Amino acid sequence: MNLDALVKSSGEWLKATGPESTIVVSTRVRLARNLAAYPFTSRANNFQKGEIEGLVCDKLQQIVPPPDYFPLANMPALDRQVLFERHLISRDMASGDGPRGVAFNTGEAISLMVNEEDHLRLQVMRSGLDLQGAWSVIDDLDNQLEGKLPYAFSEEFGYLTACPTNVGTGMRASVMLHLPALEHTRHIEQVYRALQKISLEVRGLYGEGSRASGHFYQISNQVTLGKSEPTIIKELGGVIPEIIRYENEARQAWLADTQQPLKDRIQRTRDTIATESQMTCEEAIECLSILRLATAVGEAPTLELAQLDELFIQVQQAHLQKLMGGPLDSEERNTARAQLLRQKLNIAAA
Amino acid sequence: MRCQRCPKPATLHITEILDEDKVEELHMCEDCAQRFLADGQKVKKPKSKGHPEPDSDFPTEAGAREKSPSCPHCGITFAEYRSTGRLGCPLDYDTFREDLVALLENVHGETRHSGKVPVNLDRHRRHHDELSRLRKDLQGAISREDYEEAAKLRDQIKTLESK
Ligand SMILES: [Zn+2]
Ligand SMILES: [Zn+2]
Repeated sequence: MNLDALVKSSGEWLKATGPESTIVVSTRVRLARNLAAYPFTSRANNFQKGEIEGLVCDKLQQIVPPPDYFPLANMPALDRQVLFERHLISRDMASGDGPRGVAFNTGEAISLMVNEEDHLRLQVMRSGLDLQGAWSVIDDLDNQLEGKLPYAFSEEFGYLTACPTNVGTGMRASVMLHLPALEHTRHIEQVYRALQKISLEVRGLYGEGSRASGHFYQISNQVTLGKSEPTIIKELGGVIPEIIRYENEARQAWLADTQQPLKDRIQRTRDTIATESQMTCEEAIECLSILRLATAVGEAPTLELAQLDELFIQVQQAHLQKLMGGPLDSEERNTARAQLLRQKLNIAAA
Repeated sequence: MRCQRCPKPATLHITEILDEDKVEELHMCEDCAQRFLADGQKVKKPKSKGHPEPDSDFPTEAGAREKSPSCPHCGITFAEYRSTGRLGCPLDYDTFREDLVALLENVHGETRHSGKVPVNLDRHRRHHDELSRLRKDLQGAISREDYEEAAKLRDQIKTLESK
């Protein structure tokens, strides 16, 4: 697999094919696992980290189908940034040092970080709302690896992790929602309040640890200890339909609103793309967000959700530079970004 | 992650866009978040990232204790853990059991695992015990500068790990 080829399209989990795709972009489940015999990553020396990497890579070859492994130690910074923008590695991993890497399969639905905060971080991504599907895939992957790698596990505390906030199941399940209408009506704050009352975590973001933009919200479980994985999945999954319903109602209300009509906002967004010769990443994401909403409510018949979701990734700086074939300074990137949007969205420059 | 206003765990994360390039990340517990959302005021503390952080205003049982023991396997002390938010090795859960139980109660509201168990639990348990013994021996051999023994132990560890 070649990273340069990767940037031209998005992972299969970002194709807007899953349930509730007009609002739920994707579902992710992560499991943290550690090898019993080694200190946690932050306390392991490079020799030990190298051993962990070797051990895991060896076992990964026995998984069907075996994922490709990309060591990060000598990888150029731009390539590491590409992996981060694709949600395949964390920000800390992109900027860290020492033996570490990521394995993933074609389509990027399954990935595995080695020597992140924990020795292993398994990750499964699914399109739309599909917690059950994500859990069953990752459970199976975990079982396959468990037979080959001696995990750190205690009957009292479960899977032992570097940070006690992850101990127990080691599982973080999350659903990424696009909630522009709830943000517009300011009802998003009520959603925040309701969710954190039941120990769910809400992050306003696009991309983990990245800036909040594009009206994307990631909702995930906070508690990892004392509840079973299916219970955690069920509790998280239980609240999502209600949020979807609120967002849909808010979208309909916004469409019907004559004071600040949604159609005007969509037209202004199109005008911005047509006229701006330069665009920052935040501006591009804001525009894409409105167009995603427009597409979801049937106000942009020529656009598709998958195409927009792919652009959210491609307007980020590393992808942009890879697509343009070389390093660009910030001004050049802003120009390239504005052009990319016009070209991909088929909007003529005005 | 800790609340930016009090020592409780943060459950609410807000990223506020103040300006085109100025973004502020807020992490708060339920109570502080409700207050924040109610009056819309800004939190002026610098952002913290990802992990529970030490808080001198909040003496815990562990923090108040004069001497904290260190893990015989990785050498970390509980105070060091408090300052980084990360434990040193899986055996720290035994070493600092008491302190951790209090912390887990606070973070998760529970102190016992009730989820998935490795299919081959016995094997994991034997592995765990055997490996921690070998690791300990290896440390001893290295500190005695008995490199022949250390090499032998390392081979044994390798063989066990690859099983
Ligand atoms: Zn608080
Ligand atoms: Zn230790």
